[in-house]
Amino acid sequence: MEFTLKIWRQKSHNEKGEFISYPMDNVSPEMSMLECLDVLNETLMVRGEEPVAFDHDCREGICGSCGFVINGVAHGPERATIVCQLTMRHFRSGEELIIEPWRAEAFPLIKDLIVDRRSFDRIIEAGGYISVSTAQAPDGNAILVGKDAADQAMDAAVCIGCGACVAACPNGSSALFTGAKIAHLGILPQGKPERDGRALHMVAQMNAELFGNCTNIGECTGVCPKGISLEVIAIMNRDYLHASWKRREALEATIPPALERNTHRT
Amino acid sequence: MMLNANIPSGPIEQAWDKARFDMKLVSPANKRRHSLIVVGSGLAGASASASLGELGYNVKCFCFQDSPRRAHSIAAQGGINAAKNYPNDGDSIYRLFYDTLKGGDFRAREANVYRLAQISVKIIDQCVAQGVPFAREYGGLLANRSFGGAQVSRTFYARGQTGQQLLLGAYQALERQVYAGTVTMVPRTEMLDLIVIYGQARGIVARNLVDGELSVHIADAVILASGGYGNVYYLSTNAKGSNATAIWRAYKRGALFANPCFTQIHPTCIPVSGDYQSKLTLMSESLRNDGRIWVPKMKGDRRSPNQIPEDERDYYLERRYPSFGNLVPRDVASRNAKQVCDEDRGVGKSGLGVYLDFSDAISRLGEKIIRERYGNLFNMYQRITDEDPYKGPMRIYPAIHYTMGGLWVDYQLQSTIPGLFVLGEANFSDHGANRLGASALMQGLADGYFIIPYTVGNYLAANRFARVDESRQEIQNTVTTVRETIINCSPSEAGGPSIRSIASWAKLYGSLAA
Ligand SMILES: Cc1cc2nc3c(=O)[nH]c(=O)nc-3n(C[C@H](O)[C@H](O)[C@H](O)COP(=O)(O)OP(=O)(O)OC[C@H]3O[C@@H](n4cnc5c(N)ncnc54)[C@H](O)[C@@H]3O)c2cc1C
Ligand code: SF4
Ligand code: FES
Repeated sequence: MEFTLKIWRQKSHNEKGEFISYPMDNVSPEMSMLECLDVLNETLMVRGEEPVAFDHDCREGICGSCGFVINGVAHGPERATIVCQLTMRHFRSGEELIIEPWRAEAFPLIKDLIVDRRSFDRIIEAGGYISVSTAQAPDGNAILVGKDAADQAMDAAVCIGCGACVAACPNGSSALFTGAKIAHLGILPQGKPERDGRALHMVAQMNAELFGNCTNIGECTGVCPKGISLEVIAIMNRDYLHASWKRREALEATIPPALERNTHRT
Repeated sequence: MMLNANIPSGPIEQAWDKARFDMKLVSPANKRRHSLIVVGSGLAGASASASLGELGYNVKCFCFQDSPRRAHSIAAQGGINAAKNYPNDGDSIYRLFYDTLKGGDFRAREANVYRLAQISVKIIDQCVAQGVPFAREYGGLLANRSFGGAQVSRTFYARGQTGQQLLLGAYQALERQVYAGTVTMVPRTEMLDLIVIYGQARGIVARNLVDGELSVHIADAVILASGGYGNVYYLSTNAKGSNATAIWRAYKRGALFANPCFTQIHPTCIPVSGDYQSKLTLMSESLRNDGRIWVPKMKGDRRSPNQIPEDERDYYLERRYPSFGNLVPRDVASRNAKQVCDEDRGVGKSGLGVYLDFSDAISRLGEKIIRERYGNLFNMYQRITDEDPYKGPMRIYPAIHYTMGGLWVDYQLQSTIPGLFVLGEANFSDHGANRLGASALMQGLADGYFIIPYTVGNYLAANRFARVDESRQEIQNTVTTVRETIINCSPSEAGGPSIRSIASWAKLYGSLAA
């Protein structure tokens, strides 16, 4: 197969970027999108040019490292398929593929197709856990979890933190990612005691980062490689409202420090 | 050098209790004065960093990915073993201990394995409490399955993503400590060398993978949890970034390496499709429960599988091992697949593959049940190969998957360099010559959550630590070595060409095989 890869090249955050076209022939339909970039990079290196920088690791669709926009769609045209698992047979030979990084204010560009997604880690840091230190746990079967709840929690827990939802959202919102963690933990009995605080703090952190607001457009779930449903956003909103109402007096005391602490970070 | 494993004397069942009682403790107020470096944020590194942070130590955790959540542990599919005996089918700590030892050809260290089996039950408790969504029965109890030929059901799982869910549990515990200020996370940073001063491991030299800057990090002890070295083979099921630099540099600085040849070849991977291929994809071995493995009887038979009549097929595992059939241990299944391919009976374009056929199971149980059991695996296979495994057989071939060998450690998980501890797949102690399925996750978490918090404390309490300044000669020498290696490997960093010719590599490191 033959393709023209039109790829966004940008040396660093502070320099200007541009699209550069690279013709590719002899592409095997079995190659993954990333293997296609590997082959391109080998030829670039032989020519003494800088290879295209992109994040990747597992190449099995589970670590969440990889991801870019192909022809305007995050992770490309195949539903529920991440770029490391996207094989070239899904494109037509001769096609031009426009490849660019996630574009979102909360994901500053590092180089070429690589962006900085540490804002996701900071959202988890703000409350995406159950506070149980090592060796404090009761017997595993002391906590009963109905099969339905376990399945529903698992549906939300499969998020791989890739960031496609943010890249696809016209507002650059991370509601799907944040909602997935709030839903996963909040559905389980183990996560209930901290449910209010979790929603308040994670949402506060999400707002303190440069993510936009969710206006229920739904692009996020359409590109999500793990099929996280919009329902998690509803769960997040419900938990947040519920907690804000319950804690309306204490609110002023709890949220500002979290905001202050994290906006100073880069 | 005398190797002393420091195994407590007395009955093996009491060894860990005894060792813990004999250990020196660090007082709560002193913990925060001690700094620790953890290299790795997989199951072993993340659980260690979180637990040490909870105790109040000052921890710096390194990983080369952009986030600790992406460590290679995330890719584990099948499950995690524990001697809970919830199904009441005859499991016990002793049986898990015995099975692990026997599976490893009696080459693992017994005291370590016994401790691992004891701790296994606590790991499940911890993970459940963290919110890991393990599979459940309708009554709400934890579900178990049997895995890798075990005769008891002791494997806990979260769909086909057990490693992901366990790692996210550990990652969340780690992030909680980052918020608490006890752990500093240093992502996109690779350890390139170990700093040894007065014979003690005292820090690392690391490189920022964004701007290439080298930095020196000093601590009272260094904990390596950098994973296995499967990627010394050109293609493996390991993630692309998984590499052996950390343990290799520690070896070069004097830590002994044990059993490097003990590597595990997994029988059910998707075969190589071309020379651009970057990695191999593992298919869960649970497929062998219902799939039948065969190749054509005739050499060089290139007919499509559906054209090969039943009596011209060789179900070689069923023929050779009638009592185990397709469920022979991993090493046996792998060796036999290679053998039939070497006889020119392999299938697929490359001839390096064997069929894994579900047609019998589909006609016996119906497509619906097969879809329920293996639907996501079949989808993955179809996505990668564009072949429909409901219609024709899958093709599989063995691939390098796990490394039992690693840095030698004693009962305290300390290497031969004092102050250098090694956890998870990076060490050698628990699996002997062959690892049982679902036991690597167990070992990584046992090391990180439940062993290192004690043993590192003992080391810190028993030793004194001189103040170390970055300008010290040892440190400057280590930095120089690192800088030279970087320029040797990529001359462009010093204004040279962007790639080296094979001849120039050979000049540098001796001749390379073609
Ligand atoms: C496809 C697959 C499926 C598997 N399925 C199962 C299963 O079902 N059950 C089971 O028990 N086991 C399974 N295993 C094995 C198991 O997943 C691993 O052995 C285990 O997760 C290793 O964990 P770890 O913490 O030791 O290392 P890893 O998870 O590999 O983590 C290594 C960490 O070290 C960091 N690192 C490495 N080198 C450096 C460096 N130089 N500088 C800085 N950071 C560094 C990395 O960034 C990473 O964070 C599977 C393995 C594979 C490949
Ligand atoms: S919700 Fe989906 S798209 Fe967003 S980070 Fe998670 S897996 Fe990626
Ligand atoms: S490289 Fe891990 S998800 Fe694509």
